[in-house]
Amino acid sequence: MPVRIALPKGRLLTETAALLEKAGWQLSGYDTSLRNYRLPSGRFPNLLVKVFQEKDIPIQVAIGNYDLGICGLDWIEELSVKYANTALMRVKNLGYGSGALYIAGSRTQVALSIDALRAQDETVRIASEYPNIAESFALNLRLRRFSIYPVWGAAEAYPPESATLALVSGSRDGKSLNNGLAPLNKVIDYSAFLIANRQSWKQKDISEILATLEKVRPDIKYAPSSTTPASLKVPPPPFPIGKEATDIVRIALPDGHQQKFTVELLNRAGIQIDDYPSDTGNRRPNVKLEGVVAKVIRPQDMPLQVANGNFDMAITGRDWLTDHLAAFPSSPVRELLDLKFGWVRIVAVISKNVPADNIYALRQQGMGDGSSIRVASEYINLADKYARENHLGMYRIIPTWGATEAFLPEDADLLIENTETGSTIARHNLKIIDTLFESTAHLIGIKDGKHNRVKQARINSLIKMLASAVGEKQEHT
Amino acid sequence: MRIQKCKGTRDLPPEEMRRFRQIEGVFRNTCLKWGYQEIRTPTIEYLHLFTSTGTLTPGTLSKVYSFLDWDGWSGERVVLRPDGTIPVARLYIDSATKEMLARLFYVTNIFIFEETGKETREKWQCGAELIGANSISADVELITIALETLKNTGLKNIELKLSHAGIIRALLTGFGLSPEEQGKVFDQILDGNVAVLSRLKGQTPELARLLTPLLDLKGESSGFLKNLKAVFNHNLPEFTPALDNFITITDLLTAMGQKYEIDIASGRGFEYYTGLIFQLFAGELKVGGGGRYNALIPLMGGGNIPASGFALYLDPLIGLIEPPRATAERILITVQDEQPGLMKSAFQAMKQLHEAGFVASLNLNAKTKETYKWRLEVRRKAPRFILSGKSGKRQQEVATIDDVLKLLGGQRAR
Repeated sequence: MPVRIALPKGRLLTETAALLEKAGWQLSGYDTSLRNYRLPSGRFPNLLVKVFQEKDIPIQVAIGNYDLGICGLDWIEELSVKYANTALMRVKNLGYGSGALYIAGSRTQVALSIDALRAQDETVRIASEYPNIAESFALNLRLRRFSIYPVWGAAEAYPPESATLALVSGSRDGKSLNNGLAPLNKVIDYSAFLIANRQSWKQKDISEILATLEKVRPDIKYAPSSTTPASLKVPPPPFPIGKEATDIVRIALPDGHQQKFTVELLNRAGIQIDDYPSDTGNRRPNVKLEGVVAKVIRPQDMPLQVANGNFDMAITGRDWLTDHLAAFPSSPVRELLDLKFGWVRIVAVISKNVPADNIYALRQQGMGDGSSIRVASEYINLADKYARENHLGMYRIIPTWGATEAFLPEDADLLIENTETGSTIARHNLKIIDTLFESTAHLIGIKDGKHNRVKQARINSLIKMLASAVGEKQEHT
Repeated sequence: MRIQKCKGTRDLPPEEMRRFRQIEGVFRNTCLKWGYQEIRTPTIEYLHLFTSTGTLTPGTLSKVYSFLDWDGWSGERVVLRPDGTIPVARLYIDSATKEMLARLFYVTNIFIFEETGKETREKWQCGAELIGANSISADVELITIALETLKNTGLKNIELKLSHAGIIRALLTGFGLSPEEQGKVFDQILDGNVAVLSRLKGQTPELARLLTPLLDLKGESSGFLKNLKAVFNHNLPEFTPALDNFITITDLLTAMGQKYEIDIASGRGFEYYTGLIFQLFAGELKVGGGGRYNALIPLMGGGNIPASGFALYLDPLIGLIEPPRATAERILITVQDEQPGLMKSAFQAMKQLHEAGFVASLNLNAKTKETYKWRLEVRRKAPRFILSGKSGKRQQEVATIDDVLKLLGGQRAR
């Protein structure tokens, strides 16, 4: 029986590759250029190696798709803190990739302390990429009232205005927290772990593979985690909340690869912006427009933040707004303006080997053996809605954090994915069977927002400037 | 592929549902006689209703069924009610006129994740709450209602175990434990965690010496408590108010001829309570429990209102009671064909039989078997009705339903 192992992309890749090199696995193509997600091993022809986003690995091992996996203890905890009896076994601490998770607030929040939070009657809002750990922290602290913002990233940008606290990762000494955050409490220390599926451990002989890892272990260099960006030198410009925000327009700008297009758009509209994209990880760039402030967060998180009143406007994809509205149909967030960049199609994708050409055929065919159709997607709400509306019957949504193409065919049956040219899909031997909709970057905001006159005038003028930049006559009043 | 019921849930087929209704009926009648009023609270509540008071432990709260509602973009979670009492306290605060005494009862389901498979994740309980009274007679009234209900369902040999949260708290405070640690440490003591015990013994040997008689011995009269008081009075005066309260309650129960066992250790999970804790056992099975929870309503911002209450657990009780008789025995109505005229007569006949208190239903000529006591053929021509027994015996021709009723008269099922 082949042994299946899930290996991480991203921050742990280099050191994991070095470890496996020493262990003599002879993996080809496990490096930062990573052209293929399935890697052959020269030493163990029977070993199935697949590369995932680190965050996906505990789930893949827990549900038994993989016998072994390597990922950070932080993501293992994120799964097991909520699902205590998961079939996940921690085999070995690999030592590298170390860091710690902290509950942190902004340095500007003087009165912030654990005791003050416990006594607080108002909702304590915690932003984190680790929503389960954050919830467990809140329950154990016996916070009276809390809400968790699960974010895709940039949690450090949220306190103090957009959330009370952030649960973020940093170095073990806690000195390198970004964006002016001060740690209140260390939640866990983490490093890379080898994990196993409990059932596989009981039933399969994986000793040969384990032995190779055991041998090299003393040689591992405990390199410090290199992903922590340089800490912020310039104090961020004030970002108004509450009463101060009545006149000020707050806009969320995207991080990642949309930054380039966003700057171009702003410049075309005659709006100058400093330190965006930022070399130092500054998430509060200075917009040179009176009464307008900006903060940089993940586009995926923007619709929820606008719905909660943390921002008046945001630049994100229609795909993420549609996903948000699929989860919260009565949310007040709407499209204000099509910004006409970042075009993608949202598509349903299956393996080329499946003899179905559309969703009806896939449904008819079912999974044959009576098992669920596994739908993998970053857009979990869109995927759920799509499965519901197409009467997929027994189905399961598998949330992913990118590299979703790698899931087909063995770890999922259907993907809801975005694609620009379709070439990635073709390269992975997949085919598109349906197009859900087309998406471009949009300016989003609150439908019929109740703003005062000054602010409404500023919003209107900003929309007008952006509209003319994309060559659109704005009839907005 | 067969679709199965959700893990951790339970069906109640007719036989078990009859038992359920039997217990519920007895409970309702008993409560109504004692002047309690029935209420019902929603299945879905805000999570913060249960986190804000701090009366549920993080362990319990991590097993609630919580989710974001369709308009929950603020991150405000809702839960399937994990507890019966807290929503009732909320209802009291929402609706009560200031400082009213309220005697309330309910039959409700609560939801807590359970992974051993020994219990269900949805549990049913019959609960009563007496809000606004702090007297020992309030506590004794609740014990009496609980026992009376169990007795009237036909259960015998129900054991009443008593403990007292005030005593447990005084003890743990004496060991220098903060309120947050107390619940966990008490559980560890009861689980026989030697490390914890020796740590406590090391800190306060005087108190630790008393721990063993307090937790191990079981008393059957207030004398037991008076003996304890004699010892504690000297060493730990802070025990006195709780002990005095406990002694008064047990004296009253004794005077009423009610047997009980004092078992301080039975106060596991005491964090909810402030005073008396009582539990009801049928053999090894715990079938109910309750106590005084004076801190809850103040913690919910409802003012300084004392309260106590109890709940009986329907899930174990369903298996314990004698099965009640099946509902009235049935008359099966048969017709030769389904022509409108004949069907009209058949439906009219059934209506008259129903009004007279009989159970009558139509023979649907299905292949599946039906059980019945009598069979009544409705005919187009005279004789309009033929009444017969189960196996077609004792056939009698009848002209009108009134005559049918006369024939059945003495045998009416209810």
